[in-house]
Amino acid sequence: MKKMVGVINLDSECHNFQDLELFRNSASIPFGGRYRLIDFTLSNLVNSDITEVAIFIRNKFRSLLDHLGTGENWDLDRRHGGLFILPPDWNDPNDISKGDLQFFYNNRDFFIRSRSNHVLISGSQFIANTDYKEAFQFHIDRNADVTLVSVQTEELTSDLDPYFRIHADDLGWVQEISNDKRNPLIFTGVYIISKELLLDLVDECIAYGKENFFRDGIKEKINGLKVQTYRYRGYHAFVNSVESYYRHNLNLLKEDAYRQLFYKKHRIRTKASNMQPAKYEKNADVKHSILSDGCIVNGSVEKSILFKGVKVKEGATIKNSIVMQYATIEAGAYLENVIIDKDVRITRGQRLIGSGEKPFVVKKREVL
Amino acid sequence: MKECIGMLLAGGEGRRLSPLTNNIAKPAVPFGGKYRIIDFTLSNCANSNIHTVGVLTQYNPLELHQHIGNRKPWDMDRQDNGITILSPYTAKTGGDWYSGTADAIYQNMHFIEENDPEYVLIISGDHIYQMDYQKLLNEHKVNNADVTISVIEVPWHEAPRFGILNTDENMRIYEFEEKPEKPKNNLASMGIYVFNWDVLKTYLIKDAKQETSSHDFGKDVIPQLLKDGMKLFAYQFNGYWKDVGTIQSYWEANMDLLKEDCGLDLQSSNWRIYTNHTDDPPHFVSSRAIVKKSMINDGSFVYGGEITESILFRNVEVEDSCNIHQSIIHPNVKVGKNSILEKVIVMEGTNIPAGTIIRGNDEEPAVINQEMLNQSYVAMGGEK
Repeated sequence: MKKMVGVINLDSECHNFQDLELFRNSASIPFGGRYRLIDFTLSNLVNSDITEVAIFIRNKFRSLLDHLGTGENWDLDRRHGGLFILPPDWNDPNDISKGDLQFFYNNRDFFIRSRSNHVLISGSQFIANTDYKEAFQFHIDRNADVTLVSVQTEELTSDLDPYFRIHADDLGWVQEISNDKRNPLIFTGVYIISKELLLDLVDECIAYGKENFFRDGIKEKINGLKVQTYRYRGYHAFVNSVESYYRHNLNLLKEDAYRQLFYKKHRIRTKASNMQPAKYEKNADVKHSILSDGCIVNGSVEKSILFKGVKVKEGATIKNSIVMQYATIEAGAYLENVIIDKDVRITRGQRLIGSGEKPFVVKKREVL
Repeated sequence: MKECIGMLLAGGEGRRLSPLTNNIAKPAVPFGGKYRIIDFTLSNCANSNIHTVGVLTQYNPLELHQHIGNRKPWDMDRQDNGITILSPYTAKTGGDWYSGTADAIYQNMHFIEENDPEYVLIISGDHIYQMDYQKLLNEHKVNNADVTISVIEVPWHEAPRFGILNTDENMRIYEFEEKPEKPKNNLASMGIYVFNWDVLKTYLIKDAKQETSSHDFGKDVIPQLLKDGMKLFAYQFNGYWKDVGTIQSYWEANMDLLKEDCGLDLQSSNWRIYTNHTDDPPHFVSSRAIVKKSMINDGSFVYGGEITESILFRNVEVEDSCNIHQSIIHPNVKVGKNSILEKVIVMEGTNIPAGTIIRGNDEEPAVINQEMLNQSYVAMGGEK
């Protein structure tokens, strides 16, 4: 049976999360009331029957390691394979690799030892609930060197600017990968490549002093490679900045979007929570919102997302806001268009109002 | 050798909880929006650092076995100890069902011997409480007792419903009365015992030989120990404790969770209640819903209507204009629009058609499942 090994490459992602990534790698930013961004990719890999997943992460990884643990919540705590958090270097004096190539080069053993012949590489900012089995089959059937997963977007918002665009012929063979912002066929950052080719291209890139595997190894060599594109058609979001984070979170309040992302054949997996079901007290007034377990609500909440363990005291009001784990909103406080990070305390009577496009962000652990 | 191991009696049929226990063992009955009854006892073990626990199962064990099978939520998936499921078995000498609580332990004495503990904690999986068993064990050691029984003060008028322990001023037990008409005391046995292993062993063997015995701790073993003048002490527990043996008490215990301060703290960071986790997304409440004094678990969808003093388990869907009051809705239930549920327990997977009206009475809540709904539909010619 043909199998894939998964790689989540966090080394070449956009970072416009400002205060939300002060204390964490952006892959572990909380999302959707209960998840972390990386959960979507990780679940999609696991749901593609991938049982070996490597994560390339260079810095600020305490939060991510805490979240991932042994990988048990994704069934990645295995005798063979499972979850590998791979470091970028080994202080090898002969190592001249740079950028994300360091990860591939210094962890060759991981790839060589794997019994899988194909590698699926993904970032953490493409949010969807899918599996890549069909894409993999497609990759094999077309006998492609590389298969890029793409989406056709209807609305070209500015936060999509950093993503590569794909130009393909009628048969799906990719002619060019560009930065053309008007092209609606967007590369999701998810691609499949054979292990052998991957390792060869890595060596070649390093020999020429390159720094980025996808850009230098695939995009620039597109003419010498047989590259296919596979279109994903389900619900998806690109989350790479505070604004897109805010917009796509609140978009989940559209029931249809919420169902499409979470109520599919596969559930998105995440770290287990041990809190009680959300508790509504006598003055609770909750409308059109998403609430996680452990919340205790005695105030009013509208069009908002509350992560686990959030306390909303009597007379507090929360509107169009995202409130992360364990935050306490004290009596009489008023929040509108605000993102509250973990462990924050908003004191009595405090008023915080952001704009619909630019939400006000309160940093982790702050008391305001 | 281990200092203390737990033996958790989870084989009871829970007949008075029928129909909740028609297809599952009582300890596996869903409780509190997320848990199963046995989670409380298992979490008490985990939080009390008792990591070797034999769980004795018998009646309808499938879901119970599935629930505790991976042992993970209670950190009991360890190399050296953890949960061992002890079901009735046959051997060279034959085999039999567990005929009573003492017989169940007797038949698994080899498990205890293998662990060679000093003390054995005997508990059951049908009570809701948060208790540190180490305190009980300490008291047992301080008193140099043979057996220590945990007791709780009950209102005098309720005492005749319990097994009452009569004690001297040092809490030494001199008499045990099962459901006394005129109680001399209001300290009720919680069915939680700490035994010195050697004493337990001796008395289990003795009891097994007695043909007239019903092989029950409360009825046979404890009276025999008292008769022989062994040192039995009572340990008084002062927290929330509820026997959820009947539909009404099950409902009451659930409703207690909705009170501001009922004595249970499911969120307490040093005494969490653990259960198997699910991958449900957070619950969704639409703009047309009113929810007050209620608990709602992940995965649920509330489209509209009014939910008051109720508990919704995972993946419950409530359609528009429903009125749900003082009800407990088990997982994967759909409540069709315009339905009214008052003091109702809806069992797992029930699909309630639109416009259904069900009310419990003062004495007891109504319990419904799919089977009952289908039958009442036939009886009413498909109309409601």
